Amino acid sequence: MNVIDTPIDTKIVARSDESSDIFTLTLQFTDTEKKDYAFQPGQFNMLYLFGVGEVPISILSNGVDNRLYAHTIRRVGRVTDGLSLLQVGDHVGLRGPFGRGWPLDLAQGKDVLVITGGLGCAPSVSIIYHILKHRADFGRLFILQGVKHSSDLIFKKQYEQWAALPNVQVALAADSSQPNWPGHTGLITELLDQINLDVNNTLCMMCGPEGMMRASVQRLTQMHFPEEAIYLSLERNMECAVGHCGHCQFGGDFICKEGPVFNYPQVKALLNKKGF
Amino acid sequence: MEEAKPRIAIHKFTSCDGCQLAFLHLGEDLLKLAEKVDIVHFVEMGPINPTAKVDVAYVEGSISTPEEAKRIREIRANSRYLVTIGACATAGGIQALRNFADTKSWMQAIYATPETISTLDTATAISNHVKVDYEIYGCPVNSQQVLASLLSLLQKVTPSARRDKVCLECKRLGYVCVMVAKGEPCMGPVTHTGCGALCPSLGRGCYACYGPAENINTEALTQWLSSLGLSDAEISRRFLFIQNSAPGFKEAGLKLKKKVP
Amino acid sequence: MPYFLAYEQFNDLISALNALGYRCLGPQVQDGTIVFDDLTDAKQLPWGMRDAQKPGQYRLQKSELNESFAWANGPQAIKPLLFKPKESLWRVERDEEGAFTFKETLPEHKPIALIGARSCDLAGMAVQDKTLLKGQYGDQQYRWHREHLLVIAVNCSYSGGNCFCVSTKTGPKATSGYDLALTEIQNGFVVEVGSDKGRDLIDSLHCNEAEAAEIAAAAQRSIDAANMQTKRMPKDNSRALRDILMNNLDHPRWQEVAERCLSCGNCTAVCPTCFCHHQTEHPTVDGNGSVHAREWDSCFTQGHSYIHGQVVRDTTEKRYKQWLTHKLGTWWDQFDTSGCVGCGRCVTWCPVGIDLTEEMAAIAGESNVVVDKKEKDS
Repeated sequence: MNVIDTPIDTKIVARSDESSDIFTLTLQFTDTEKKDYAFQPGQFNMLYLFGVGEVPISILSNGVDNRLYAHTIRRVGRVTDGLSLLQVGDHVGLRGPFGRGWPLDLAQGKDVLVITGGLGCAPSVSIIYHILKHRADFGRLFILQGVKHSSDLIFKKQYEQWAALPNVQVALAADSSQPNWPGHTGLITELLDQINLDVNNTLCMMCGPEGMMRASVQRLTQMHFPEEAIYLSLERNMECAVGHCGHCQFGGDFICKEGPVFNYPQVKALLNKKGF
Repeated sequence: MEEAKPRIAIHKFTSCDGCQLAFLHLGEDLLKLAEKVDIVHFVEMGPINPTAKVDVAYVEGSISTPEEAKRIREIRANSRYLVTIGACATAGGIQALRNFADTKSWMQAIYATPETISTLDTATAISNHVKVDYEIYGCPVNSQQVLASLLSLLQKVTPSARRDKVCLECKRLGYVCVMVAKGEPCMGPVTHTGCGALCPSLGRGCYACYGPAENINTEALTQWLSSLGLSDAEISRRFLFIQNSAPGFKEAGLKLKKKVP
Repeated sequence: MPYFLAYEQFNDLISALNALGYRCLGPQVQDGTIVFDDLTDAKQLPWGMRDAQKPGQYRLQKSELNESFAWANGPQAIKPLLFKPKESLWRVERDEEGAFTFKETLPEHKPIALIGARSCDLAGMAVQDKTLLKGQYGDQQYRWHREHLLVIAVNCSYSGGNCFCVSTKTGPKATSGYDLALTEIQNGFVVEVGSDKGRDLIDSLHCNEAEAAEIAAAAQRSIDAANMQTKRMPKDNSRALRDILMNNLDHPRWQEVAERCLSCGNCTAVCPTCFCHHQTEHPTVDGNGSVHAREWDSCFTQGHSYIHGQVVRDTTEKRYKQWLTHKLGTWWDQFDTSGCVGCGRCVTWCPVGIDLTEEMAAIAGESNVVVDKKEKDS
């Protein structure tokens, strides 16, 4: 059952700092009888900080226990600042899951290309866990992650683990880097030339800054990658998560409801337009 | 051991003391608040300890003397968060009108012994002197604003930063627009909400005591006020009033003032 | 079969509603306009009043008729009764261990009977039903208010200067959404029944059936009201506006209107279909509880498009463009209807008189002025 109108209580069972301003909270329902909550990779929850308000955060499964819900969060405002101060044992309200997730059913039997920038890697982690869990259903997995500076990279250990797996290729790019950076120094789009893509049998899922996604789409289409095989996750102000409050309107779509994951042709027209 | 309570100070600079009253007007909530925080400096209420180190310093008033310019730097150094309350502290207040005049000649015209008075040529906002963490607009500010800010800061969270216009609050409260229904000049469309649309609730136009909202269009409002029959001088005075030195109002007011013959 | 409710019977209608447990709201002169407030006697109605509306201006005048509904509309539609300007959604309590108990907060008040809703207001309600009631998720608060509202519509016999419901096909005569619909004629009202509740109500009043002449007089009043309209929405407010708008996102008119627009949000607040709201939090001082509420927001605020430190619509041009493209354009994609019902409120209550039909005309290249039929024929 989903939790739509009124939040329910959860407890922080694990907390880790990914960088100076990014942290992960793993939540567990305090009502341990509640077993019917299920989410799809790419969906999000509204997390409630007591006395302050709610914020939409995408759900990462932790890949192990499906009763624990990990949320990787960047400190960017009132609620996330306050959430960053919470510790294991503290409580958080939760509504969700909301939105349309990644089209993993369409990716069956195909290669999967995950392109992420900055904290965009968080919503895509659930894709990776899903594919690794159902490995035989998918072809090769390419994971491309770009960051502004090499020191911004989070989930470093996970990337190393994934890179060691068969049929998984991980490529990292940083616009600027410090010495010993194992990845590429330059744009994430340049990584597309380093992998051996089968453009006609791959589904691309991307998440990150819109500029990065636009550039990646442009490079992919130059490589004759079909637009219909590109999915991206968008982000806008969200307060209700059910298509009522109006903040996440994107042309004729509510990002909270029709998204956050969209097929590229559906949002193509407005993606380049300022103010939408 | 029980955790130490957060420490609060309320400081006064050049002002009428009206904004501090927002704390006293909290009534029962003030008693509840006193259980959660230590109010270490608040002259209007009793405690005096102006140099105490505090978690939150609320500052009322503008900087208009050399002594004040020095004192605000000490307060900043002693405070984790510094919050300005009211028009004087956030924009200089009504006394900032002196910034557009010749202070010396005014002093001589008004006081018998002006040489005994130590004052700066300007009255300026606290943010002109030190870093301000959060500004609360209003003349005066009200209890709900200061309380909301304090409850946020106690959670180490920045207070809400919405800067909507008075118009939206009028509509939420069901007040009829005085400008549309009566042709009453109103500053609501450029003014920061927070007062509860007090003046329009009584059938009069807003006089902008809460200062500029975000993304204001002073040109368009000027043209409309002019079409309602106001002269450039009258419109100029509406901008150059309590919030005369607030960004947006100052420029609009001075531009109109220049046009006045 | 329509009925006839004589003026003298109007108070019986109020009494019958009160007896059924309703709080009656009806139009009354207040603060220079006509607003809905508690109605206990037909004397409170705006007898002999008429509104003169222009862009950015509303003035009440004495009408030559001593009728109670000889005016077009006031600043409120039905919206504030159903989608409240401020309303709490849920509350939370924190226990000693820090655990939360959440509880929804549903409204608690008497059911409301609204007398005097206009056809455009009903059209607005139907549009909001699509947003807040009929989608994937219903809104609990809206649903509660909706289920506790009885609507007695009054068909317009007069159109104000900013009315254009003929072109949006939402008036001046109400066609659905009401329990009863009244049309004022000499000495009373012709009453049409729109629901079972309305049927029971009119039966309890023992009204006469309306005579043929009365029915004809009522029909004529709607025709007269329609013929008074001088304003229209280009392309008759059709789906065609969607592509016109979305193909003109770089039109110079956006910048031009942004120079006049105050970005104050009045248009969105008076609009019967605008639904944007933002959520607010009201913690108790003792730190043990908090109320989570909402209040009307507007796409003309900075907060509306704020996302982690950035504002997607940081200029008035972008905000006006969002409002108009959504209202008249992409609303079709979302709700299979226009977001405009032709009430003209956003034109009247804009403090600087911006007229959306005029802005749409500039972009669509089609006039927003009704061409006189005779003039057109000659």
